[in-house]
Amino acid sequence: MDDLLADFLTETNEGLASLDAALLQLERNPSNGAVLSEVFRTVHTIKGTCGFLGLPRLEGVAHAAENVLGLWRDGTLAVSGAGITLILSAADRFKQIIAGLEATGSEPAGDDAPLKAALDAAASGELPGTEAALEPSVETAAAPIPVAEPPAETASGGNAPQTIRVAVEVLEDLMVLVSELVLTRNQLMQLARAEENAAFAVPLQRLSQITSDLQDGVMKTRMQPIGSAWAKLPRLVRDLSHDLGKRITLEMRGAETELDRQVMELIKDPLTHMVRNSADHGLETPEQRRAAGKKETGRILLNAFHEGGHIVLQIGDDGRGLNTDRIKAKVVAQGLATEVELASMSERDIHRFIFRAGFSTAAEVTSVSGRGVGMDVVKTNIERIGGTVDLTSREHKGTTFSIKIPLTLAIAAALIVEAGGERFAIPQNGVLELVRVGGVDGPQVERIKNSAVLRLRDQLLPLVPLKHVLRLQPADAVSETEGFVVVTQVAGQLFGVVVDRVFDTEEIVVKPVAPILRHITMFSGNTILGDGSVIMILDPNGIARAFGLGLEGTAEVGSMQEATTTARRSENKTALLLFRAGAGAPKAVPLGLVARLENLDAARIERTGESLVVQYRGTLMPLVPLDPCMALPQTGHQPVLVFGDGDRAMGLMVEEILDVVDVPLVMDAAGLRAGFLGSCVVDGKVTDLLDTGYWLKQGQADWFEPAMVTGTRPRVLVAEDSDFFRNLVVPAIMAAGYAVTTVNNGRDALRLRDAGERFDLIISDIHMPELDGFGLARAVREGGAWAELPMIALSSATSPADIERGRAAGFSDYIAKFDRDALLASLQHCLQPVLVR
Amino acid sequence: MQAAQNAKTEPGSLSGVVNSDAASLMLTLSVAGQLCAVPVLAVRDVLGVQTITRIPLAPREVAGSLNLRGRIVTAVDLRGRLGLPPREPGQVAMSVVVEVGGELYSLLADQVGEVLSLHMEERSPNPQTLDASWKEFSLGVHRQGKQLLVLLDVDQLLALGV
Repeated sequence: MDDLLADFLTETNEGLASLDAALLQLERNPSNGAVLSEVFRTVHTIKGTCGFLGLPRLEGVAHAAENVLGLWRDGTLAVSGAGITLILSAADRFKQIIAGLEATGSEPAGDDAPLKAALDAAASGELPGTEAALEPSVETAAAPIPVAEPPAETASGGNAPQTIRVAVEVLEDLMVLVSELVLTRNQLMQLARAEENAAFAVPLQRLSQITSDLQDGVMKTRMQPIGSAWAKLPRLVRDLSHDLGKRITLEMRGAETELDRQVMELIKDPLTHMVRNSADHGLETPEQRRAAGKKETGRILLNAFHEGGHIVLQIGDDGRGLNTDRIKAKVVAQGLATEVELASMSERDIHRFIFRAGFSTAAEVTSVSGRGVGMDVVKTNIERIGGTVDLTSREHKGTTFSIKIPLTLAIAAALIVEAGGERFAIPQNGVLELVRVGGVDGPQVERIKNSAVLRLRDQLLPLVPLKHVLRLQPADAVSETEGFVVVTQVAGQLFGVVVDRVFDTEEIVVKPVAPILRHITMFSGNTILGDGSVIMILDPNGIARAFGLGLEGTAEVGSMQEATTTARRSENKTALLLFRAGAGAPKAVPLGLVARLENLDAARIERTGESLVVQYRGTLMPLVPLDPCMALPQTGHQPVLVFGDGDRAMGLMVEEILDVVDVPLVMDAAGLRAGFLGSCVVDGKVTDLLDTGYWLKQGQADWFEPAMVTGTRPRVLVAEDSDFFRNLVVPAIMAAGYAVTTVNNGRDALRLRDAGERFDLIISDIHMPELDGFGLARAVREGGAWAELPMIALSSATSPADIERGRAAGFSDYIAKFDRDALLASLQHCLQPVLVR
Repeated sequence: MQAAQNAKTEPGSLSGVVNSDAASLMLTLSVAGQLCAVPVLAVRDVLGVQTITRIPLAPREVAGSLNLRGRIVTAVDLRGRLGLPPREPGQVAMSVVVEVGGELYSLLADQVGEVLSLHMEERSPNPQTLDASWKEFSLGVHRQGKQLLVLLDVDQLLALGV
């Protein structure tokens, strides 16, 4: 092919790549002159150049399109949706012709007359049957255009001068070589360690450094922002919304999240399929949405982010959600499960049936997609690259698919540990810290019934013994008391993995596990160590899930659940500490409110007048028996729950600590007594829930008096509709020295404003009757005496999306319910300017 | 290589392959005294005693994984897979490395024998009385001197844990 033509093709491909996006932008905002000029320029350049090169088809279409664009630019003609559709189909025709040009070096045969006629008609101000005019173009598309390579990936646009095109295979080969180099380097390092004062130690060090740099460099060449895989989706969604007669907005977040290009290629198709699915089956028609009380415009949200060595991609819609009953009927009809089996399954497990081969619940399979028809294919494709796909759906609220792809091709730093005589690798990016436990004076692993916990800087850390998770040792076996805790974080949840030994860290080449082992969720891959042995790479996410560390639902696209939070609130699991004290039902308190658990030596408990105290961390801590009749042990130990704020602490004496459980909190205020908020059912037993505020007052009458400054207590307004949460939050804030006023909802809060009340800060729940938190924030920011007040949102939905929404509404900070420390820290932070003043 | 790919993914079509010489070549191995064979075309390597890393939570038949010149190979114990008693302590296993679907697997056998040319015409179907746990893995039986040789279906042997 002659050089001139090659240059033209490269340039035109680049121009066309941005043309779609620009046209869509123009459609949304027809008055955007800059975008219109850009579109005009692109088409004009194509026309000019191909006239010069002698490409009559391309020139003809470009000319007709340019006429329309010219009239738009001059303002003679108004930009219209139908017009944009025409220009888009002209752009499609460009691509077709270009593809033919690339394949054969000459323009493919085809008839552009109808398209040109439609464009000319548009230019003369009529917009007749666009459909009819476009019909033949479909035929031309099917005309024998030789199968062409898709337009070469455009380098990052015209303004990045220093780029060259490199064949993908070259990069692939480089990557394989670097992987081998890393392994060999590791092997050499291992040998060198055994050899003291080896002459090759220094050059080897240098070699090692260069290898690492080389590896970084090669990795970088393979990384691409996921946004480039999304580039075609806005156009796809726009076309779908036209075809389906639906109104759809596509929102994309985390487009800059980088992904290995090979992985990206592999997920492009599943991704497109799922977006189609969401548009076709997930979202309802405007009429249906209106009838359901939703906004007419449906939303598809794409979200990408890194999580613990994985990339998570979410495709969510706020449409009708999956119909559980229909899936059930279908499951039974297809004999995949019996009614009885279904009855014991969670809704989520039932939804997962849509990933089974050939399973479709769509009443009719439309031309666009048949939900379920391809879901098994999507799942297979994703699992092929070692990923997982899952979904959450709520009827009438929407469906969100989450794809999790491990960095299968990546080289990562990993910590090598041993448990039960076997070695494992833990990816270092999931490890926060290492704690040695069981030494003479080091921290100790403690047990609450069968659950092991570690007290780490005033926090109770749930522990997962690796030996038990991997069944290298029966779970009931008493494990040794010495070892290491690898502190890990998954989706905001901290937990510790207990291992026997820790070796050093090593650079590992992550290889996917064999398909016959892929069902084991504890492993994200395997690798070969420097000594040549094969070891498994642990997946912290899998471990957390296996231990039920309350991760369900955390991966959902937060703000999509706007209306579902009332239901969610009760479904959200809360870690409760169960204990026994006095007669009657077992008692419980949210674990997050307890600072520490102590087993005090009975001899250390002293009596001062009426009350009991103990010397604790250099101060006297008051002790309160939860049950007045409780006998104080003369010898032995007294279990105590320690509640504390700053320098003050208070101990609540109980008889026995039973367990820590994760349960949905469904409160029942029946049989309310002083000191308790109500009761809930835990493990089939009625359990009384402690009112911490009440007991703090019992410990120190002045508990709620400020510890810091007297006289100028910052005034805080708390808007929260749930008694339960109010009772949890308010005592904590008061204890920290703030004057608190509470209201039930946003409306009441605004009444206080209008009545001239003054506060220093507002804490608000998000979901409240009458006026919710977002509404309140907006109303406050609109003006009035409170417009400048710091506002903290308190919510159980704390995904990045929620937080973003909160900030947009005007909140200064966004805190999870139950996270007392974060709330207090935020209060202090927000009020700093006030105190300085 | 292309022929090898085809042969290994479709063992059923072995007899019909154009290159009948290569396709009829079988590697014999013995498992708990029973003579068996796998198509030579599927075999990538035969290894002596290897260090095998145990894999927790893996199916019972998976012995672990091993390192074959920088590639990770998953080892499946034929004794476990064919419902035979485990090897005596001290008794070693040989690795017959096969490639299926781009992945390497090692079939652990007690001994590896020789390469034989077996003809389709001499193959008898599975006897009606063949143990049920063998039926799904056997493609047929050949008479080999005084012994009977069971032709193993490699794909089926590795259809594990799905």
